[in-house]
Amino acid sequence: MTKAMTGAKMVVQALIDQGVDTVFGYPGGAVLPIYDEIFQQNSIKHVLVRHEQGAVHAAEGYARSTGKPGVALVTSGPGATNAVTGLTDALMDSIPIIVLTGQVPTFMIGSDAFQECDTIGITRPCTKHNWLVKETDKLASVMHEAFHIATSGRPGPVVIDIPKDVQFATGTYTEARQVETHYNPPVKGDMEMITELAKAMETAKRPLFYTGGGVINSGPAASQLLRELVAATDFPITSTLMGLGCYPASGENWLGMLGMHGLYEANMAMHDCDLMINIGARFDDRITGRLDAFSPGSTKAHIDIDASSINKVIKVDIPILGDVAHVLEDLLNVWKSRGRKTDKEAVQKWKHQINDWRKVDCLAFKQEGKVIKPQYALARLEELTKKHDRYICTEVGQHQMWAAQYLGFEDPNRWMTSGGLGTMGYGFPASIGVQMGHPDALVINVAGEASWLMNMQELGTAMQYGLPVKQFILNNERLGMVRQWQELLHGERYSSSWSESLPDFVKLAEAFGAKGIICDDPDNLDDAIMEMLNHDGPVLFDCLVEKHENCFPMIPSGKPHNEMLLGENADTANAIQAGGAVMV
Amino acid sequence: MSPLKIKKGSTSHSAYDLRPTFSDKEERHTLAVLVENEPGVLSRVIGLFAGRGYNIDSLTVAEVDHLGHRSRITIVTRGTPQIIVQIKAQLGRIVDVHKVNDLTVEGPSVERELALFKVEGTGEHRIEAIRLADIFRANVVDSTLSSFVFEITGTSEKVDAFAELMQPLGLQEIARTGVAALSRGT
Repeated sequence: MTKAMTGAKMVVQALIDQGVDTVFGYPGGAVLPIYDEIFQQNSIKHVLVRHEQGAVHAAEGYARSTGKPGVALVTSGPGATNAVTGLTDALMDSIPIIVLTGQVPTFMIGSDAFQECDTIGITRPCTKHNWLVKETDKLASVMHEAFHIATSGRPGPVVIDIPKDVQFATGTYTEARQVETHYNPPVKGDMEMITELAKAMETAKRPLFYTGGGVINSGPAASQLLRELVAATDFPITSTLMGLGCYPASGENWLGMLGMHGLYEANMAMHDCDLMINIGARFDDRITGRLDAFSPGSTKAHIDIDASSINKVIKVDIPILGDVAHVLEDLLNVWKSRGRKTDKEAVQKWKHQINDWRKVDCLAFKQEGKVIKPQYALARLEELTKKHDRYICTEVGQHQMWAAQYLGFEDPNRWMTSGGLGTMGYGFPASIGVQMGHPDALVINVAGEASWLMNMQELGTAMQYGLPVKQFILNNERLGMVRQWQELLHGERYSSSWSESLPDFVKLAEAFGAKGIICDDPDNLDDAIMEMLNHDGPVLFDCLVEKHENCFPMIPSGKPHNEMLLGENADTANAIQAGGAVMV
Repeated sequence: MSPLKIKKGSTSHSAYDLRPTFSDKEERHTLAVLVENEPGVLSRVIGLFAGRGYNIDSLTVAEVDHLGHRSRITIVTRGTPQIIVQIKAQLGRIVDVHKVNDLTVEGPSVERELALFKVEGTGEHRIEAIRLADIFRANVVDSTLSSFVFEITGTSEKVDAFAELMQPLGLQEIARTGVAALSRGT
């Protein structure tokens, strides 16, 4: 059956057919016909953001917390250029989003028309794929293909640029099932390589799972299979920032996050392991540190859906190209059918070694005096919220690393943070997207005051839609991570790294009609957090913390994993004994 | 707080100073990339090379299958073996790319390039130019009393050699198509 309708109607119809229930957007001249169609239907909720960057981050937050693609709708010109940061963010973190941009009418393209920009040209390097649709007849099939491409293979952002005359014109609607695509990346891994890995697991003496965002992106089945595999083999497991939650933080084999600000035991294990099983991570420079000293003695296996991730920076011995869930399923089957063998004795010894590293207690801190330590604030937040149905977003900086260190994630899709691009201003709009996807859940954005101010306008969005997102701001009146690097690497010359003229956050919240809470006393912290949790509405929590606290542990750039810096309170003497490694 | 044992104010410890030290030598590879003939596809390919800092020695593109809507891009690039593998993988990720073939490693192949040379001169130079053109099997496609335009087809090396010989004989301009290449046999 063929259906004739306008391009604008096709857009809405295709969104409905693709199961979209929420669109984040901001109207403008070039998308008015689409907004007119949105007005005349009830299937899709439209969330009016206050800035297009917010729309894209909200779509990302929605996508990461629900596992479904996020959708944003923006106008031409500035609408599209404001979306670029969000698109790049989604590309770096492999988040499936579909961004619809309006464009000037086809007959005006190239004439420097009002609010015209070369959206396709600008977004080509920051999308997985993009389209300029010049014929209404092709619009529906492009929409369907866009969802397919955004969500299959290594997920990513796509842009569909739709000129206004294409939205007005009438064409034939194509159903999703009629659309043919050549883009079908293989999901099954090579069985020979999988068998190689199973064999390596049988003889490994110091094995380690190193998991990443690919496990989350592969879907809940991947996390389930991973847990089964860890339980069956009893191998220790660490994860990148992006992969937190794929294995539960309360799990016995969990070492915590690794990398530049990762845990001591995780990084030491990474350095000393003899079999590294990389599952859906990409050897990012925040993980590897100095490449020639990265896990020097290990056999490395790498499971990834993207061929270009394999052997990109680290040469691996057992490359497996495929989807994490599919490969783990096959790996489990092969390993089981070969007799479920591991070198139990050696693995136990390895775990004892790891436990010695654990005793260093690299996250230890002392809450003394009347100033709140940021670590303490997060430890209390964790204690008071861990029983909730909880979703955590973050901005970017010290608070982000502390959140990754001090909060525990039991399930996938509960942790939304800008990993690859490191976008300050990501967390608040992302928390709005998460709350839209999970109306009854507790959604907290752990923020720094500087990051939070980058997209503070979205407080209007949270108020308009009654989204009770909790903005937990660790306020040190500094660009903390920049300050830390200046202290450590730039002779303590604090060039432009403190925030003067900060707003009164309580009054700021009240100006939007939201609730503001300020807390500067560790003794009142619990009560203040409870007040935040008990308030049914958006809360701006201004937590005044120690201004000069540095984020540890830390692998200084260009250093290997066994040369971590620990915090002042950590027992470094023990570390040297236990690890036999040279500590700074 | 434990101090860092690196010089204060040092910039040699940049977070981005992490490039691997590939010891391998650079190689020249000819890649044949079959793509969907869509607007922007060439830009995607070129953007990939520019954005990731890969080299392009030569690039040609034309539609090769009108009904199937396919174009063929032939790229001559150079890099260490790791970089070449990476280039192929990155090309393969582009949604509009159907197939990437590395003609340099996938068995024997033939490469040809077409070039036009404008050579100006009279007397001895003019005679020498046409003599050399004959040796190189270049055709004269335009002539005036004081100039020739030669057309030459061959490998890039042959075209280079011809250019070198024409230089002292009044070479004014060269137009080259870049390399087209096919694998040999069936």
